[in-house]
Formats: sequence, structure tokens, C-alpha cells
Amino acid sequence: MFSTCVKTLRAASKFASLARYESTLVIAEHNNENILPLTCNTLTAAKKIGGDITILVAGTKCEAVVQNACKAKGVSKVFLADSDAFKGFTAESLTPLILKLCNEHKFTHILAGASAFGKALLPRVAAKLDVSPISDIIDIKASDTFVRTIYAGNAIQTLKSKDNVKVVSVRSTSFELLPLEGGDAKCENIPTGDTLNQVEYIKQELSKSDRPELTSAKVVISGGRGLKSGENFQLLYTLADKLNAAVGASRAAVDAGFVPNDMQIGQTGKIVAPNLYIAVGISGAIQHLAGMKDSKTIVAINKDPEAPIFQVADYGLVADLFKAVPELTEKL
Amino acid sequence: MARVLVGVKRVIDYAVKIRVKPDKSGVVTDGIKHSMNPFDEIAVEEAVRMKEKKIVQEIIAVSCGPTQSQDTIRTALAMGVDRGIHVEISGPEYQILQPIHVSKILAKLAQDEKVDLVILGKQAIDDDNNQTAQMTAGILDWPSGTFCSKIDNNNGELTITREIDGGLEIVKMKTPAVLSADLRLNEPRYATLPNIMKAKKKPIKKITVKDLGVDVTPRIEILSVEDPPVRQAGAILPDVDTLIAKLKESGHV
Repeated sequence: MFSTCVKTLRAASKFASLARYESTLVIAEHNNENILPLTCNTLTAAKKIGGDITILVAGTKCEAVVQNACKAKGVSKVFLADSDAFKGFTAESLTPLILKLCNEHKFTHILAGASAFGKALLPRVAAKLDVSPISDIIDIKASDTFVRTIYAGNAIQTLKSKDNVKVVSVRSTSFELLPLEGGDAKCENIPTGDTLNQVEYIKQELSKSDRPELTSAKVVISGGRGLKSGENFQLLYTLADKLNAAVGASRAAVDAGFVPNDMQIGQTGKIVAPNLYIAVGISGAIQHLAGMKDSKTIVAINKDPEAPIFQVADYGLVADLFKAVPELTEKL
Repeated sequence: MARVLVGVKRVIDYAVKIRVKPDKSGVVTDGIKHSMNPFDEIAVEEAVRMKEKKIVQEIIAVSCGPTQSQDTIRTALAMGVDRGIHVEISGPEYQILQPIHVSKILAKLAQDEKVDLVILGKQAIDDDNNQTAQMTAGILDWPSGTFCSKIDNNNGELTITREIDGGLEIVKMKTPAVLSADLRLNEPRYATLPNIMKAKKKPIKKITVKDLGVDVTPRIEILSVEDPPVRQAGAILPDVDTLIAKLKESGHV
């Protein structure tokens, strides 16, 4: 019994010593008004690493975002860097700021969500720090040991980083949302420095939609080549409205011009893991499965009984989608 | 504008169902069909189109890897690239070669070859890292245009449409720059037989990381590579009513 006790103590002290020395900088992704949900998933990953957590909010007139960030429980500090230079949140404008913070505060970890923003930014930061970044992690085993997928999600790699600073992007669907409440972090304005504008931000053309955001939706309905045209996607939109679902697509549907590419789910598009995923007219190629196979329940509607999607579907319906989808909408 | 450098990686063909090695050290690559990383084909195609528009004079394709990487360079040459550079890295060093190493190699070559533009694929479909272009730009201190779906090049003034989460974004930058190609950038051409024959005569320079003075010490240790959890087999349902009943049962609707 005594030995068990010693072991426990040892393990505990080892953990504590690990935790004490970690300090993580989380780069908040936001739109100058709100923190995006994936930042809250990233905060959960930061908590798992342990130690001190600081959030960086860099943007243009983004005080509201800071107020949100300060409410995140377990966060010790929020840095606000406000400048017109951060318009468009380009990697070129943000990298010098992050490097400066990293030098001053000796962060052991720099984290961001594995979105287009995080993917563009973090490797540039890592290159400047001369460390090897770690992309799209799905789990944290220890402060230097991470789990990620390779080969379109068909293999799971556990790796140990030997670098002194770990620059890590986090797959949002693999970590819970940390609610922005109960915290009381101090906000500190930091100088933005001279930013060299190597990249001129012109504009964004965002797809407008009233439906929930794809990567955080509880229910996702997606369509593939089987929809045959962009107009026919209306069938999915009608069903989606009934289920308060987001609508996604396979690469085939995007390439055929049925829907814009920001709806693409898969290895090279978005990764989703909703409670319910309904795949309509999607065969289920490796590259598509990479983006949705962690969904809790998968439903497939396809007229081809041999379609690979049925191998991952919990409920399969071998039927003509042009009959089955309207029937489903009507009966729900 | 004078020169473009394109990076091409030899990867397991996208259609192959990979197998994890029983000792959990990696995936089986011996005897498996390999081809050029699909995103790199798009990068090559874009460079070749720039040359056809006479805004680029010369295209150089680089691949880092074992001897077989030369096949990938040959494919690029057959698509219209002028010459190749093979940075030979094999054995255990290649097993653990990471974007940080490749980007240092590319950055060195970009300077040595005095290129104005580096175009890479946005990610390799094997390691799925999506890092090399960003890191190359960082090392060179050049601007980066990541996830490009459209590149307008007007005398070194680049107007780039990027694919971002909510839609598209347009940015401008000057060369020299590093760009990464998204799927929607173009439709790569097939190399024709005459071009494949011609490509055999094009030069491929072979160099080593030592020649370039790049340190390829591993920055990570791969502890294991395993199969992902297998989903339990589901059921084929007879009709929509049963589907609705099942969804209600599991609390989804």
C-alpha cells in the first residue's frame, strides 16, 4: 500500500512539475466582433496541456472580442493588439507580433484552431522560431506528445516533439468547446509595432447563409454528384431547415459547380463531426470519409448498394434520393 | 519575371487504400503504387500556364526523396517544366523528413536559382501537414499566398484569390512570393507520349542536403502509427419510415 502511495505521489508531482512550466499562447480567431467557436475548442486543448494560458486577440477595433476572451475560465491573461495592420488577419502581419510575444514571455506552446486562418499562420511562425509545427492534432498525450491523422484519416500517428516551442494547430471537432464564462482574465494592451505590409488585403467574398456554421453544426446534410445539379440542392436545403442543419458537399458536387467550395467536406475541405451526418448521393471516396467519419451517427441515402459510404453508415437507405429526401422532409 | 520553382512530392497514389505496418512504425510503401501529389500537379500546371502566357521564362521542378523521386520530376518535365533538381534523401532520413527540412531546402534553392516565385501544393496527401509553402515563405521572408484558387500575375504584381473557411478572399502582393495551390486552381493536363519522350532529354541535377548545407536532424519522434478505430457495421433500412423511427429512437430528431 505504501509503495502505491509513493507511486501516486511521484506521478502527481511529475504531472504538477510538468504543468507548472507549461505556458500556452492561444491565437484567437475572430471577426473583430466575436470569437469564433473553434477558438473555444482550442482553449480546451490548451487546458489539456496544463499550465498558464494566455490568449492573443489581434485585430482591428476588436474590444468586444477581448471582453469575450476575458470570460474564458482558466485563462490568466488576454493580450489585445489593435491595429489597422491586422486587417484581413494576414500571416505576414501577425507573425512578427507573435514572435515578439514568444520572445518576451517564453511560451512553451503556441496554439490555434486548424482552420484556413490557423493553417496559414502557424507554419510561418514556426519557421521563424525554427521549430517543426504540428498540424491538426486530435489528442494530447503529454505536453510534448500529440496525436494526429495522416493519409486522409486512414492512419493515426502519435509523435513526440523535440522542439522547445510546440507550435500546434488543433482539430476543433476533437476537443470540447470551452464556454466563455466564469473566468476573469486581465486584459493587457500590447504595442503592435511596425508592421510591414507584404500582403495587401483587398476583400472577402463570403457565402451568406442563415444555416448553422458547417464545422460546428449538430446536424449536417451533404450532397454529392448524385444531386445532378445546383438547383437540386434545394431539396437538401429544405430538409436542412427542418433539422436546423448545415449543408455540406462532396468534392464532386463542388467541382461540378453545384455549390461553392467552402461547403466541401473532406481531406482537403472541412472536417466535421456532428451528431448526425446525412450523406445524400455521395459514394464515399476515401477523401470524403476523411472529413466526416468521426460523426456520431451517419445516414447514407444512395441508390447504389455497393457505394462505399454504406460501409461507414449506421443507417443506410438504398433509394432514389429524389424520392427519399422529399419523403423524409415531409414526414419529419 | 524570370523563374518559377515548383515543389513536387512522390506520394502513395490517392486512390490506394493504405495499410499500416504490423510493427506500427508507419504505413506499407513497398510495392505500392506511387504518383505525384495531386496538389503538386496543380502547382506544376499553373507554372506551365504562366510560361505559355509568356510571363515566365523558366520552370524548375524540385523533389526531395529517394531515387524514385526522379520519376515524379520526369512527370513534371513531361507536363512542361524545363529542368529538374533531385535532392536525394533516402533511408531513415527520408522516413522522418519534415516540412521544416523541405522548406529549408526549397528556400536555399529559391535563392541559389534566383527564382521569383515558388509554387507548391497546399498539402501532401500522405502527411496532410499543409506547412511547407508557409514555412518556405517564412524562411525567405517572402509574402505567401496560401490555398490559391486563382492567380493573376501582372509583371510580378500578384492578385490572388484564396479559399478560406467562409468563402473566398482576395489579396495582393509583389514577387518574390511563395504560393500554395488549392484544388480549384486549375485542371492539370495529361502528359502526352511525345512530351514524355522529350522529357527524357531534359536535365535533372542531383544534389544532396550536404551540398545545400541544410540540417535534416529530426525534430519529431514518431512513437506509433496505428489503424483508426473501425466503425461498427450499420444496417440497411427498408424505407424512409424506418429511418425516421431509428433517428427518433436515437434522439436525433
